[in-house]
Amino acid sequence: MTHGAHSFSVERGLNAWREEIDAPVAAFFSSCVHCGLCAQACPFFVETGDPKYTPIHKLEPMRLLWEQEFTLWGKLKKTVKDRLDAKLGREPKPLITDAMLEEWEPLLYDSCSMCGRCSMVCPVGNDIHYMIRKAREGMVASGHSPEGLVAASVRAVNTGSPMGLQWKTLDVQIKHVETSSGLEVPIDKQGADYLVLLSSMEIINFPEYLEAITKIFDHAGVSWTLSQTCFEATNAGIQIGSKDIAATLVQRVVDAAEQLQVKNVISPECGHAYTAIRWEGPNAIKRAYPFKVYHIIEVLDQLRADGRIKTEGKEMDRLSMHDPCNLARKSGVVQQQRSLMDLVASNFVDLKEHGEFQWCCGAGGGVSSNERAEPLKLAAFKRKKAQIEEVEPERMVTMCATCRTQLEEGLEEFNMDIPVVGLTEIIADHLVEKEVENKKAEES
Amino acid sequence: MTPMDFLLLTKGPLFSLAIAIFALGILIRLFEIFALGRAHNYAAARGNEVIPGLKTMYRRFNPDPGTFQRSTFDVVVGTLWHVGFVIALLLFIPHIELIKSTLGVSWPGLPNPVVDAVTAITLLGLVAVLIHRLTHPVKRFLSTPQDYLIWAVTFLPVLTGYLAYHRLINPYPLALGMHILSAEIFLIVLPFTKLTHIFTAFVARYYNGAIFGRKGIQS
Repeated sequence: MTHGAHSFSVERGLNAWREEIDAPVAAFFSSCVHCGLCAQACPFFVETGDPKYTPIHKLEPMRLLWEQEFTLWGKLKKTVKDRLDAKLGREPKPLITDAMLEEWEPLLYDSCSMCGRCSMVCPVGNDIHYMIRKAREGMVASGHSPEGLVAASVRAVNTGSPMGLQWKTLDVQIKHVETSSGLEVPIDKQGADYLVLLSSMEIINFPEYLEAITKIFDHAGVSWTLSQTCFEATNAGIQIGSKDIAATLVQRVVDAAEQLQVKNVISPECGHAYTAIRWEGPNAIKRAYPFKVYHIIEVLDQLRADGRIKTEGKEMDRLSMHDPCNLARKSGVVQQQRSLMDLVASNFVDLKEHGEFQWCCGAGGGVSSNERAEPLKLAAFKRKKAQIEEVEPERMVTMCATCRTQLEEGLEEFNMDIPVVGLTEIIADHLVEKEVENKKAEES
Repeated sequence: MTPMDFLLLTKGPLFSLAIAIFALGILIRLFEIFALGRAHNYAAARGNEVIPGLKTMYRRFNPDPGTFQRSTFDVVVGTLWHVGFVIALLLFIPHIELIKSTLGVSWPGLPNPVVDAVTAITLLGLVAVLIHRLTHPVKRFLSTPQDYLIWAVTFLPVLTGYLAYHRLINPYPLALGMHILSAEIFLIVLPFTKLTHIFTAFVARYYNGAIFGRKGIQS
């Protein structure tokens, strides 16, 4: 790119930030006293010890813009500087340069999973991850987002899946599930109660999920369906930080749900997909949905509370659980997964810091789609590893395909023989079989 | 200029000027924040915003156990000197008299020896946090000249107050004048630096609590 093109793209980035800076952002920047407590809340800092990974530092370019254009003092300073430059016949030095954004790209993407833990501990109350999400909008607009995430976004927009997965692949899996379970997987059922979405990663790595929900929903008598036009729940737009891409992808879900006239949409065992559809989606498309959105864990817990899930037997080994950031800290789903664990586990132990204070696995927020971030992703995992070592479980349970993949890969890297399982599958494994249930009903 | 002239200057026109800049500056900053507003949120809320927002305003005084464990010095010394500063500012009887004569409101104060001890602790705390800032890798990395400036303008009123109270600077009008002047510098600098956190931290905490509260989490 030429110099002119660079400054043009920087300006686009700054325009995006100007749009993103709102009252909370101004209050947050006004309040930071550089205490650095956010660093000790961040797995990327804690496990590398490099001060440049201090969460608030990742926002320095956006803070500079805020100071110069959104505060009286900043405007005064700018006026004086401009006058001085004019008087001395100097070329004014830009506040934020392309080189600066390039330097910050790895800080905003590779070393941040937008887990939001810093936002929970900041003593002045800064919601730092809220600002990181906004800062990424400017990075996309100025052409400074990681290649891996750009590629995933392009694939998601073009093919419907960030991994380029197509319906025919899923169809093969559906046939397989139908054969092995003897149950029908409903497709494009008009007026079903629930539209079930999946994530490509789940379809590829954890095919057991689809079989598990097929069994559970049959068991509980839930009316549900898949949609052939939209099965993907994940949203690369949310990870890369582009409202436009996010809106395009969310719109597909909304169209499918409206076309099938479902009452509810279920986000799969995936963290960011839930944030994308549940919280960001309506704002991306600028309207409220005519349906409700639930994470599969919320649906399962509701079925449990309504007495629609009957289980038998319990897992006897020592199980612990990893709360996905997007589900627990960022969406308030903390108790549901524990109630479900109670149903099927006799020896469950929580990690010491869990729920809203859990530690990220290190792979969220687009880190796992960004090949360049691989070493940092593994470094950040060490915090999770330390947490797991503290309670010495025999297996880990989680409910997000990205977390699960990261846990599996990380534990393997450190030669820790701790299998990782999805909560939905465990529930499916303990369902009372229908014939047995019917027999019992006949006897009584 | 005699020490008495100096004292009269700091108590008179400079005081009015400092108060005016402080009040106007803070009002402008708060306006700059609130005028930006927030985009309408179309996502169905899981929880309330107001109550969790108010709760977070208080809760951030009390860090979670993990933060306490990992940043014990910050939490203990930080809390200590902040509380000490507020006690010396608001519960020292001559300060209450000043507030009464300016704003017309008053409240009971603490005995002088108590405020004296609190002030000494605050001074030690402030020195300790400066050393911490200069030596801690993260704090050192983050620190800008402004961080050291606001440390100095915070430290000076406490120090000069302590010196004046103990008659360590003579004559007394000079000591008192220096104390008042340093307080005025603090007030003038406040709206244009991160000392604004004295006010905006509560706004920030509210927004934090409200944003998380809407999603059903108490932050």
